[in-house]
Amino acid sequence: MTRSFRLLAGSLVIAALAPMALAQGLDPERAQSLREGHMKLMGLNIGMLGAMAKEEQPYDAEMAAAAAGNLAALGSIDQRFYWVEGSSSEDLEESRALPAIWENMDDFNSKTEALHEAAMKMEEAAGTDLASLQAAMGPLGEACGSCHEDYRKPEE
Amino acid sequence: MIGRALGAAIAIILLAGGVGWMLTSPEPLPASAVEGPPGDPERGALVFAAAGCASCHVAPDTDIGEAPLLAGGMAFDSPFGTFHAPNISPSPQGVGDWSDAEIMDAVMRGVSPSGAHYYPALPYAAYAMADPQDMRDLVAHLRTLPPSSQENLPHEVPFPFSIRRGVGLWKALNLRQAWVIEDDLPETAARGRYLAEALGHCGECHTPRGPLGGLDHAQWLGGAPNPSGDGRIPNITPGGLKWSEGEIAYYLGTGFTPEFDTAGGEMAAVVSELAKLPDEDRAAIAAYLKAVPAIEPAAE
Repeated sequence: MTRSFRLLAGSLVIAALAPMALAQGLDPERAQSLREGHMKLMGLNIGMLGAMAKEEQPYDAEMAAAAAGNLAALGSIDQRFYWVEGSSSEDLEESRALPAIWENMDDFNSKTEALHEAAMKMEEAAGTDLASLQAAMGPLGEACGSCHEDYRKPEE
Repeated sequence: MIGRALGAAIAIILLAGGVGWMLTSPEPLPASAVEGPPGDPERGALVFAAAGCASCHVAPDTDIGEAPLLAGGMAFDSPFGTFHAPNISPSPQGVGDWSDAEIMDAVMRGVSPSGAHYYPALPYAAYAMADPQDMRDLVAHLRTLPPSSQENLPHEVPFPFSIRRGVGLWKALNLRQAWVIEDDLPETAARGRYLAEALGHCGECHTPRGPLGGLDHAQWLGGAPNPSGDGRIPNITPGGLKWSEGEIAYYLGTGFTPEFDTAGGEMAAVVSELAKLPDEDRAAIAAYLKAVPAIEPAAE
């Protein structure tokens, strides 16, 4: 057995085991609290856009573009480490993540991607003018809602 | 003497049975309600969205989109059993072979083409208050949607609720013939009342039910247990919902709450359908919700 082969074999074993170890090693409560932070950051930026869309705040193209850019960046984050087994609403009192997420991970991921796309459309629209921003709010809300519809436990 | 008493008893039983039979007999719409100008499918698309038909009748796990496949099959749990939404697409398995009048009888009276009662999982008690022209438009729109050959699933309803005739009694108590909020409302709020009480059937989820499954009008829109078992459907009277009219209207169009959280659960589908209506209609619903008597949260 050559050295390079041993190295290759060893790294393959590590590569195969690492994601498992990571997924199992993450504390579900920590994952739950971190992904809630992600949601709150999205909420902060949507709030900036929404206040302008509802004309509660004067429209400012630069601020709107910044908020939409943040939202698109948050939407681009690979969330695989957030959604660890054992962190659903059945497992944790704090969690509103329905077990259906883990039963339909492909659909869940496609909804996450749909939100990212809506956020990128918002990024194009927000800095253009108020009417474009207002028009992009509907699809953005629809993207948020389509995931919350199936996968978020209603509030008590 | 005994013979006479027995005779009287039999007469009373027969009479009661006869009255009961009459009380529980399915009653279709009068011809005057069915006849009128032909339906306009484009207007009907808005009625269809306002009435939320697709939210329940679309095939499970599919998006509503612009031309939903109304194959049915979604399951609805209730204290009386589990109901399955039927196929209402324009196909032989759906309602494709029904006349306009037969569809309107189903929607507004809960009566099937063969003269049987439907269970009130279909909110015909609310649709009874719909404008017949809106219903003709709705039917015209329904006929433009894609057909599905999906066969209907039977309901899982145990005795005694399995006796459909009994639904006739429920209808005698609950089929609406007047608005729940009877006050004279300004034009906008009155339009909102039509959208919320008749087409939108908001009360079906947001109003608690009595022991027989009828809506408790004294607690109108005051919030109710969630039939899914998770949490409560919120109180949306001024006693529970403190949002401004503008905030309510914006939520109904985008799903965003004033804090920029979003609608979830069944309400997400309701919002995506209400988003198809003109702005004035969402503002009208908001105005109506402000005109409804406040139910204080303690009374929930």
